[in-house]
Amino acid sequence: MTDHKTLYDKIWDAHLVHQEPDGTGLLYIDRHLVHEVTSPQAFEGLRMAGRGVRHPEKTIAVPDHNVPTDPTRIEGIRDEQSRIQVEALRQNARDFGIEMYDVDDVRQGIVHIVGPEQGWTQPGFTIVCGDSHTATHGAFGALAHGIGTSEVEHVLATQTLIQSKSKNMKVEVRGALPPGVTAKDITLTVIGKTGTAGGNGHVIEYMGDAIRNLSMEGRMTVCNMAIEGGARAGLIAPDEKTFAYVKGRAHAPKGGQWELAVEYWKTLHSDPGAHWDKEIIIDAAEIAPVVTWGTSPEDVLPITGVVPKPEDFAGGKVAAAKRSLEYMGLTPGTRLQDVAIDTVFIGSCTNGRIEDLREVARIMEGHKVKDGLRAMIVPGSGLVRAQAEEEGIAQKLIEAGFEWRMAGCSMCLGMNPDQLAPGERCASTSNRNFEGRQGRGGRTHLLSPAMAAAAAITGRLTDVREFG
Amino acid sequence: MDKFTTLTGVAAPLPMVNVDTDMIIPKQFLKTIKRTGLGVNLFDEMRFDDDGNEKPDFVLNQPAYRDARILVAGDNFGCGSSREHAPWALLDFGIRCVIAPSFADIFYNNCFKNGILPITLPQEDVDKLMDDAERGANAVLTVNLEDQTISGPDGGKIAFDVDPFKKECLLNGLDDIGLTLKNETAIGRFEESYSAQRPWA
Ligand code: SF4
Repeated sequence: MTDHKTLYDKIWDAHLVHQEPDGTGLLYIDRHLVHEVTSPQAFEGLRMAGRGVRHPEKTIAVPDHNVPTDPTRIEGIRDEQSRIQVEALRQNARDFGIEMYDVDDVRQGIVHIVGPEQGWTQPGFTIVCGDSHTATHGAFGALAHGIGTSEVEHVLATQTLIQSKSKNMKVEVRGALPPGVTAKDITLTVIGKTGTAGGNGHVIEYMGDAIRNLSMEGRMTVCNMAIEGGARAGLIAPDEKTFAYVKGRAHAPKGGQWELAVEYWKTLHSDPGAHWDKEIIIDAAEIAPVVTWGTSPEDVLPITGVVPKPEDFAGGKVAAAKRSLEYMGLTPGTRLQDVAIDTVFIGSCTNGRIEDLREVARIMEGHKVKDGLRAMIVPGSGLVRAQAEEEGIAQKLIEAGFEWRMAGCSMCLGMNPDQLAPGERCASTSNRNFEGRQGRGGRTHLLSPAMAAAAAITGRLTDVREFG
Repeated sequence: MDKFTTLTGVAAPLPMVNVDTDMIIPKQFLKTIKRTGLGVNLFDEMRFDDDGNEKPDFVLNQPAYRDARILVAGDNFGCGSSREHAPWALLDFGIRCVIAPSFADIFYNNCFKNGILPITLPQEDVDKLMDDAERGANAVLTVNLEDQTISGPDGGKIAFDVDPFKKECLLNGLDDIGLTLKNETAIGRFEESYSAQRPWA
């Protein structure tokens, strides 16, 4: 055992309440986020066992998965199951004294956008939520990951989680990103390289100049998809950018505590000489604007590429590729840039932040959404929406032909009214392209917000570099 | 979680292999916000016809077995998805013990998490208990977890194995949360020193 620790080791050690002889740890949880889909049975379990919430002030509740994104939702959610789940969340938050950002609250939004926005997400914290994209919060140097319903209940009751330690994996992206390449292209490229199981059993720490140079929003995009690479969590060491982002937010440390916190946060980095179980090094110069062609996030290619042949792959992937191509309605050899789309979706916890919308507005400058295309922008939170309106971005995007929606998970998953029809092809800034993810029979191409904007202009998958 | 010490009740025979979680509780009932209330849909497709009427042949619809507390079943019980809804449905119906020659792994563990005792026995013992269970209202078995025995209506006893740690948890009604709460002082102590060091947290 060396005393050179990784960032993950440091956070783990700082939160270890108790360790069993077999290495299983009881980990203290600093912050817990709950949404309407995975929490009802957890609260019910507490009631049945006559237990309370140990620290209601360490949990916040936000409805996001089921909520419609049209303004009439304020009058009530029409789908009965969804309405009941949101009402249950409201009741549970009230009964157990948990702060909730309800559908009529400007702070409501996708739970992983709301956390950072409210200063709830801070360096060195352990953060959990009954949702796999909790990895997003790792961008702040917080150990953050998804949990199941029984574990949600466990955290509510005890403010701890039973965990076994993961291995350490380093992903270093060296050098400067070429023009037109964004955080989304980095994270998709990493998954393309390592595969969706590449991070299994590991916590990934992303490092290198290309990561350091990203904004906080960009870093969140990178960590958000750590889970698609199979990792339990993604981490980025905090720095001045992180501190500046957190400072002044509603739940950020105040007064003298701020200095204390920053002092501690500065110690949160992997020591030189720390041990890595796995290392990946990528040259930023080699990353291109990318797009997915199949039904797994690892099916990534540069936009200048062509649809692959199943025979290009090995082993079980041959049959998987064949099935993907059939589902996606694509012919091998077709140039990706010739693939016509029906829909553009900009939003989700991967790319629903203000910087993403600014990027879309920048590309759209002087352009319109192609006639006949369905193009929607769903801000990740009410606050992102309000800010975009204040900056005049919203107006420009609406004039360019986009639908401007209320905050929620929306078309990222087919659980609310925003869904793809069978066969509908979508350029999407979300994170999963699984069969049926955006609606039964829907076809998803994952890409960056800039690439989605370019696709909105031309009506096909497009190299954003054509638009500067 | 309720303790499991001894259980005396009617055992219902379900002589089928590979009873999967979709049979135990079909997909359409997963959108619920509760883990209780699933009992009415336990074995829904086997228990009810398309119009929602009871199928009189199905064991749990027969008068003698309506209050069954124990199930005796075939190989690989509980295979399929990892949904905790399957044990939730059994428990809500009132079944707290399932006896079979083998179980699917995740289901087996999920049972313990929810206060249900799954018992694995050699085929000949299961056959014997299946015979006992066929006796309708006289099919009363007593399961004694402390002694690890099952007593039949004729007084004969069958011994069974169970992991000592899991046994301990069931006997004391300890779920994961209950176990963690045994460390409550450690959590309290941790919180004290932690909040002294990191008051902003
Ligand atoms: S936006 Fe998509 S990935 Fe993110 S929390 Fe919502 S459904 Fe999950």
